[in-house]
Amino acid sequence: MISQRAGQTAEQGVRTVRYDLLKELAIAMIVSLILILGLSVLLSSPDVPSVTIQSWAQADPVDLVTTANDELAGQSATALYGPPYNHGTDAVQSIGPISPQTWGGVHGRVDPPNDFVINPLKQAASNDAQLSADISAWQAASADQQSKWHDAYATALKDAKVTDGKVTVADGDYGPMPNMMGHLLSLAQTGALDGLLLSSDHFYQTDYSKPLLFMNDGGYVPALADGQHLTGDQWGMMNETGLYPGQTWLWLYTLWYQIPPFNQVSYTDLLVVLMMVLLTTLLLLVPFIPGLRDIPRLVPIYRLIWRGYYTETEASAR
Amino acid sequence: MKGGVNDETTGSWTAATRRQLERRLPWENLLPDRQPFYVGSWVYVFGVVTIAALAWVVLSGIVLAAFGPQWWHLSGTGRFFNSLHFWSVQVFFVFMVLHLWGQYFMASWREGRAPTWMIGVVTFAISIVAAFTGYLAQQNFAAQWIAMNAKDAINGTGVGGFFNVLNFGQMYGLHVMLLPIAIIALVFLHIVQVRMKGVVPPIGHAPESPVMLNLRK
Repeated sequence: MISQRAGQTAEQGVRTVRYDLLKELAIAMIVSLILILGLSVLLSSPDVPSVTIQSWAQADPVDLVTTANDELAGQSATALYGPPYNHGTDAVQSIGPISPQTWGGVHGRVDPPNDFVINPLKQAASNDAQLSADISAWQAASADQQSKWHDAYATALKDAKVTDGKVTVADGDYGPMPNMMGHLLSLAQTGALDGLLLSSDHFYQTDYSKPLLFMNDGGYVPALADGQHLTGDQWGMMNETGLYPGQTWLWLYTLWYQIPPFNQVSYTDLLVVLMMVLLTTLLLLVPFIPGLRDIPRLVPIYRLIWRGYYTETEASAR
Repeated sequence: MKGGVNDETTGSWTAATRRQLERRLPWENLLPDRQPFYVGSWVYVFGVVTIAALAWVVLSGIVLAAFGPQWWHLSGTGRFFNSLHFWSVQVFFVFMVLHLWGQYFMASWREGRAPTWMIGVVTFAISIVAAFTGYLAQQNFAAQWIAMNAKDAINGTGVGGFFNVLNFGQMYGLHVMLLPIAIIALVFLHIVQVRMKGVVPPIGHAPESPVMLNLRK
């Protein structure tokens, strides 16, 4: 804070007053610490536990099996996504010829039928001849046959029943699907699938792309997010679980997702990001942009900030 | 001596750098004990509180990083330090935004201060990325959901293969090391710029006008 005293010496053509930079910083440190300590003690911080594939499989086994059925048939959102995961096209965003997602290419390829279903089942099939035969039957079947099994099983799953954690459907021609999906569900319910989707050729793991993509393809996690007001149409990116403030500084970014034309096109994300790049560039270049740089002179807020100066100078002028 | 410069130091990069620093950033400017009389608004407090909050963000973050990313989920002490980190980030952003708007309405880029403004805007943008990676590194449900949602925007721009929000290790490394270093360096540069150029004078201020000359006592 400024300690104003009359009769100070002049520097650089302007009267100066006493000032203690380090004392000001120390006071700010103490005051902000008291504020932060108070908020921390009174309100703590949000920490809703993470969802695992195991908890998903135990809470909503039908949803997990339905998701796995789509993954195996290559019909899930991830399977059809596109770059950077694979060569699908469903999630590729472009504005005319401008398609940075395509230009970025495929990195860390994700192959849902094999990564999410076949390979984990092969781990479990080492001592299970029937499962091994079912996997072989699926892989040997024509694409048309695979599609018929998938569609029939997906339809049956809409009326599936859950007994002791097992999913059962009405009798029908589903090929190897019920046995394969039953084993995958068991793997998920024991927690083994969490590890199998994370493991690769390396011992240490930090990349959760595959388990997160698998969970994102289901309906369970989005339903939990909806309950926590975190979905996109609920200004989700700036929200936090519970009643805690989230990334409120993302309000402008999130705003565009709520209004046309941004929320009415297939390339919403790309359009919003481009808009934010433009706005950030404008903010960066405010000093050089006529109009934007003149607003402060037209809005008399500066007269409030320097009201002491203007009161003094105008009185002196009279 | 030649023009105030010792001949022995002519051609010395070190001596030239020292002379530049002494000329452009003397100790009186770096650690001033006097300021122009018009520096008396609470608006000036926003910047220093932002720096103070950043200090608490960094200090609480150092403790959290030292004990590892899972500690705060398992320990009451860890949860307390996470709360300090969480709320200091909130305070940091509140005061940084107040500082930004205050400086905008003061047109603080005037008289050669555009670099100061631009460094501030870049710091603000990088701080948002730092906070974003922090939310991704929480290892809880919010982190999972934010990653699932954010991937589409990042992928849409074509950088998803290089900046993978689903990769905890990458996000954690950026959050605890690279981005904090960038922010601290930029804040240092920002402060140095402010100290070099001095505080922006009021709009319409003319140092040599009769009004100002009358104010010199």
